[in-house]
Amino acid sequence: MAHAVEMVGVGKAYRLGVIDRAMLRDDAVRAWARWRGRRRRPTGEDAETQHRQGAVWALRDITFGLDEGEVLGVIGRNGAGKSTALKLLSQVTAPTRGEIRVRGRIASLLEVGTGFHPELTGRENVFLNGAILGMTKAEIRRKFDEIVEFSEVAAYIDTPVKRYSSGMYVRLAFAVAAHLEPEILVVDEVLAVGDAGFQRRCLGKMGEVAAGGRTVLFVSHNMAAVQSLCTRALVLKGGRLDYGPGATNGAVDHYLGQLKDLVGADLADRSDRRGAGQMRLTGFRCLDGAGRDLEVLACGNTTEFVLAYECAEDFRPDGAQARVVIRAASGPTVAVLNSEANGLVVRGASPAGTLSCTLDRLPLTQGAYIVDLILSTDGVTQDWVREVAAITVETGDFYGTGMVTPPTHGGVLFDQEWRLNGVTAPRTCLAKGR
Amino acid sequence: MSVQPEPEADARPWSLIIRPVRGLLDLRLGLLLQYRDLVSLFVRRDFVAVYKQTILGPLWHLVQPILTTVTFTIIFGNIARLPTDGLPGFLFYMGGTVIWTYFANCVTATSQTFSHNAQLFGKVYFPRIVVPVATAISNLIAFAIQFAMFVVLALWYATHGYPVKQNWTILLTPVYVLMMACLGLGVGIVVSSLTTRYKDLAQLVTFGVHLFMYATPVIYPMSSISGRFAFILRLNPCAPIIEAFRYAYLGAGSVTAAQLLVSGATCVVILFVGLVLFSRVEQTFMDTV
Repeated sequence: MAHAVEMVGVGKAYRLGVIDRAMLRDDAVRAWARWRGRRRRPTGEDAETQHRQGAVWALRDITFGLDEGEVLGVIGRNGAGKSTALKLLSQVTAPTRGEIRVRGRIASLLEVGTGFHPELTGRENVFLNGAILGMTKAEIRRKFDEIVEFSEVAAYIDTPVKRYSSGMYVRLAFAVAAHLEPEILVVDEVLAVGDAGFQRRCLGKMGEVAAGGRTVLFVSHNMAAVQSLCTRALVLKGGRLDYGPGATNGAVDHYLGQLKDLVGADLADRSDRRGAGQMRLTGFRCLDGAGRDLEVLACGNTTEFVLAYECAEDFRPDGAQARVVIRAASGPTVAVLNSEANGLVVRGASPAGTLSCTLDRLPLTQGAYIVDLILSTDGVTQDWVREVAAITVETGDFYGTGMVTPPTHGGVLFDQEWRLNGVTAPRTCLAKGR
Repeated sequence: MSVQPEPEADARPWSLIIRPVRGLLDLRLGLLLQYRDLVSLFVRRDFVAVYKQTILGPLWHLVQPILTTVTFTIIFGNIARLPTDGLPGFLFYMGGTVIWTYFANCVTATSQTFSHNAQLFGKVYFPRIVVPVATAISNLIAFAIQFAMFVVLALWYATHGYPVKQNWTILLTPVYVLMMACLGLGVGIVVSSLTTRYKDLAQLVTFGVHLFMYATPVIYPMSSISGRFAFILRLNPCAPIIEAFRYAYLGAGSVTAAQLLVSGATCVVILFVGLVLFSRVEQTFMDTV
């Protein structure tokens, strides 16, 4: 089968550094050097030297071919280069090295609503948006009725879109994108906005496109979606191709393995963090009721999460609050432990210390979870580190009845009380009967 | 260096090959033709969106030059008493203002191409040159409205005994307009390309254009300048165009064919430099915003 997309030795470097007067001087120096050295050095090498100094490679040496009709999952941690790869493919920015070859039109579902002008009517925007995405007027005219019907906003099609509800807006925008009929569809679920229903429609449309024999590139953190939709998958790590493209299950296992390795890395040394950074997380531990470090957590047991922090010189941690985000290894967020919502906002604390959160009975079912940590002060994100830890939870006796909850019973357990004809059942211990 | 992907079974040509930075002269202007529908939709958006829900609508295009002309007539004509080549002051200033406004708006609007569209450019690909070209065209529509007013006024003056008369060079109007458009677009895209790297330029553009008006015979005729200044003034490619317009529609203006040719050549060179710079910047500008 023919390739729809080929990447050969593709790399992308970003130049680091701030824009200031020094840059003007650097530019002048470089231009002068280039002018003097023109005869000695071919331009390609010149570009290379430029990139060796103060450049960071977001993507390196990516080579793979993608057959027509394939659905390729692109997975990897944040900063692995997934979005950069898509940007290169959709020509938003040019590669630094290598070559990308494409057969057919590329469209992407992350650009929903791009270029919508609030003052223009729905009709005008359908045409404008369609043309931005690469359709001709004639093409849009032909599909116009279909687009309007699909969007369910027919009654308001001649109203300026600024009067639309956000739902109508997104529906109309999505309808345009969905009727592009590209040969190659790019879906970045990580960036996709909208509610769950909208995301479901995105995925539905994607399945439809794939079923029609067209090619799809799907970027996602949702391993379940990757496994169910993709025919093959690849894993990126630090800008390089770390796995594949190969069998989807193999890629997912490889990715989950990567996450496990990560836990060993010292939190203070992690560089892939976001935020103002005046206050930083330096450590994360899971303790049991007696304050001992836990390797494996157990459902129903007392568990304490401890976050160590440190402030920059002269920075007072007043107003600080923390959030512990617990995600299932397959993607979706299970719970967020929020210090502010539980009455803790830091006041008058020392510039280094710990915040801890205790759960009397850990309500997670058996399985693998990922923890993200966020530290903020008065609405400013100070430090946000993803995938701080991968935690394993074993089955346990959450309800105190001796019954072990199987992992198939959902991700989170609730305290509950059952009645028969309004009378609370006596809490018998199931284990006793055995 | 790197392994090739598995060999190809089918040899249909690739429809797109993306490579690192293209050749300096690989301007891909053909794409502009391919995206002509987008150009026309952008023009429509620029034109329609501005006046939606205003009472006067496109009539606003007339208000601005009229008020400017009235102000100029009072200040430069009645107070400063600058010469007007013997023409009625109101008509003289209106001609200069209408033409100059097109150039100035073109430069200011296109110079913001990258900064105003960063969000759009960051998400989806289309030839970026579509945006400044559409801006130049939508300003042309505004210019047409204003210019029509000027022509009507000039004809009225000519038929009511004023020393105003039109001549055959009116036929060259499309050429003059094209020169003006090339120059406005050219200067605009040069500035927009440079501002992606040197943001300071954005500060300079608005008042730079404003000051540049005084180096152009908008409020005074070329004939009133002599000596060294006249030579410097002739270097300004806008000067012969404005004088040529005045000569064609009002019958007074000092410009030679040679000056017009030099000005035309300058416009083309500036536009070309602009296109080269622009195609350079459009490929990687997303990395620097």
